[in-house]
Amino acid sequence: MHLAVAATTTGGKLLTMVIALLAFAAVVGIILFLAGLAERRGRRQTAWLFLAPTLVLLLVGLVYPAGRTVVRSLYDAAGSQFIGLHNYLTIFSSDEQLVVLRNTVLWVLVTPFVATVIGLIYAILVDGARGESFAKALIFLPMAISFVGASIIWKFVYEYRDHIENLLPGQQQIPQIGLLNQVIVWLGGKPQQFLIDSPWNTFFLIVVMIWIQAGFAMTILSASIKAIPAEMTEAARLDGVGAFEMFRFITLPAIRPTVVVVLTTIAIGCLKVFDIIRTMTGGSFGTSVVANEFYTQSFSAGNQGLGAALAVLLFILVVPIIVYNVRQLRASEGR
Amino acid sequence: MTSIRRHRRSAVIAGGLGVALALAACSSGGDSGGEESSSGSTTTDCADFESYGDLTGKTVTVYSGIVAPEDQPYVESYQPFEDCTGATVEYTSDKNFEQQILVQAQAGSAPDIAIVPQPGLLQQLVATGKAVAAPDEVAANVDEFWGEDWKAYGTVDGTFYAAPSGASVKSLVWYNPQIFEANGWEVPTTLDELADLTATIAESGQKPWCAGIASGEATGWPITDWMEDMVLRVSDGGPDVYDQWVNHEIAFNSEVPTAALDAVGDYLKNPDYVNAGFGDVNSIATTTFQDAGLGIPQGTCFLHRMASFYASNFPTDGSVTVAEDGNAYAFYLPGETADDKPVLGAGEFNLAFSDRPEVQAFQTYLSTDLWANTKAKASSEITSGGWISANKGLDEANLVNPIDKLSVEILQDPNTVFRFDGSDQMPAAVGSNAFWKQATNWITGQSTADTLDKIEAAWPAS
Repeated sequence: MHLAVAATTTGGKLLTMVIALLAFAAVVGIILFLAGLAERRGRRQTAWLFLAPTLVLLLVGLVYPAGRTVVRSLYDAAGSQFIGLHNYLTIFSSDEQLVVLRNTVLWVLVTPFVATVIGLIYAILVDGARGESFAKALIFLPMAISFVGASIIWKFVYEYRDHIENLLPGQQQIPQIGLLNQVIVWLGGKPQQFLIDSPWNTFFLIVVMIWIQAGFAMTILSASIKAIPAEMTEAARLDGVGAFEMFRFITLPAIRPTVVVVLTTIAIGCLKVFDIIRTMTGGSFGTSVVANEFYTQSFSAGNQGLGAALAVLLFILVVPIIVYNVRQLRASEGR
Repeated sequence: MTSIRRHRRSAVIAGGLGVALALAACSSGGDSGGEESSSGSTTTDCADFESYGDLTGKTVTVYSGIVAPEDQPYVESYQPFEDCTGATVEYTSDKNFEQQILVQAQAGSAPDIAIVPQPGLLQQLVATGKAVAAPDEVAANVDEFWGEDWKAYGTVDGTFYAAPSGASVKSLVWYNPQIFEANGWEVPTTLDELADLTATIAESGQKPWCAGIASGEATGWPITDWMEDMVLRVSDGGPDVYDQWVNHEIAFNSEVPTAALDAVGDYLKNPDYVNAGFGDVNSIATTTFQDAGLGIPQGTCFLHRMASFYASNFPTDGSVTVAEDGNAYAFYLPGETADDKPVLGAGEFNLAFSDRPEVQAFQTYLSTDLWANTKAKASSEITSGGWISANKGLDEANLVNPIDKLSVEILQDPNTVFRFDGSDQMPAAVGSNAFWKQATNWITGQSTADTLDKIEAAWPAS
């Protein structure tokens, strides 16, 4: 409390920082000291000592809040009355929440596959080609942009302005400021409101995620392709396989574990997607997903119970993907 | 009055009364007051602060969501209080005020005074048990300068907590006086005349109205303001029905709200009437409220319903003149008849979390006409206006901005019946979520009945 007060001035802030650093050094020192004492007794005890700070922080920062969230999800909006599974019932019955679930399913099904396929094709096409690193840098660049930055860029791409069909003499056409609509106008079409019509607007949001993640998929897969032993590909070539058979029977099986990791990583990213929706539509026009709805219900609508239930649902959805991911990793390590 | 006070102050100084420090502070306050009086406004007079006593060495903290550059006039307006009483006022602000203040109140680290922008939030803060009721002097000032309706918004469960601070008028329609004059159009004084004017403009082949509701997560809020204005105006509606509607004593999908939203739809969902300069009805959903009215000075849009604060959205490169004969100005969104003057607005409230004497003294100062005028002058000088108060003691001479003057005229009109923005008072599940979302769905095609049914369903059972 007093520290917090002191932290309003520059000197106070520096003092707070020094105290924090000293406290950190003291904790590390004590652990090292205790570890030194325990070392004589056996390695197991030493290991536990080193693990202790992490375990404490995990308990306080992860396990306890997770437990609280589960309990909260069984209470009403204000968190004062126990209502059992009613919040979960709401998620799976109310029209609004069903749209949220539908969108989440679309995100998780479409994004990983499209992003991975694009990344894979690109990786194979540029593999060994001239200017490979430049071509890779091009598709990798969006990875360096934050989700919010990317969303703002794409919001401009989708931007809509009216197009006057029959210009009066002397009247000026309203200029399109969105790239996509300008292209449509050049091709003789009518500008579209991409972000309004549900469920198609969700696909236009998914494009942003694919734009960002294709570079990620391409990089990882390209590295994996390069790691395929040359003997394998040469042997296949001697056997006279074509390009497609090479891909189907050599490349794909060899990089299968990597493909799974890429797919699952992007899928988890899609379950958590929040920034893109918040920035581009704010969840309007039926584009909300679980992560966004969880925030809206908890912090805007003041429905803590429903917000917590959505958070728990998100957790439950992520678990099987992570389990599969870990199993795949173990399997590939075991070989 | 002023001359008597000045006389008294010179007597105080001549008599050599008071603590030396306070006296020094007093005279410096008197100096700046002298400068102000030369520019033709009232003087700062330490006699007005005598009743607060000597507060030398005491500190009052103020916390608000009003950030730069609008924060400077606040700091400036506290100066006379600091000079005359010797107290120090520390003003801090941040944009996350609305979330932060709740956390602070619950944690017991709240500021002495918080400038709260919504009655709903005020109730939440009082519910934490950390806020303190306003002293009697403040209540007396509010009775004198504001009246019943405003006092009610600072009252929770029969206890009066917070005096109003600033205010804004929402029942305004922006238009271009030069274009109106050139075409012989008149500013309407009744709802029917507004409908006629709209039809007249539409007959000339132009779309009369422009609107935009995009505002990030809050997308849809301008429609909630529209609907609130119409609940106050449609036949069978009015201020009493409005209160019942806001407090959920009548259902959200009952007769009057339905008529009100349909009345909004007569303008905003009529493809011949909107969306001037942007496209069809749907384009209202994707146009930001900031962009929507920018066509007024350019003549691409003719009518735009938006609050008084919209004035600050126009470019400041000299191309736009906000004035009664300029190329942008606003008229009062008329009532059903010329005598009905319901006004929708919003404002802030000064809520205290401590009853130390210096806090109560400062709270009292903020509820006076003296502070309102000092603040208005400071805003005029520093930010060219853009701030008003519903304080009846506010002197129009202290305002420089024509829209501010118009707003104060509307607020001080004896026929005016003021009502606070309803969505700010409804439960968050409705006022900050369902109402916005469904209003957005409504503009993109959902029927009025469906829209109101869904909002009604979202109202938390209590």
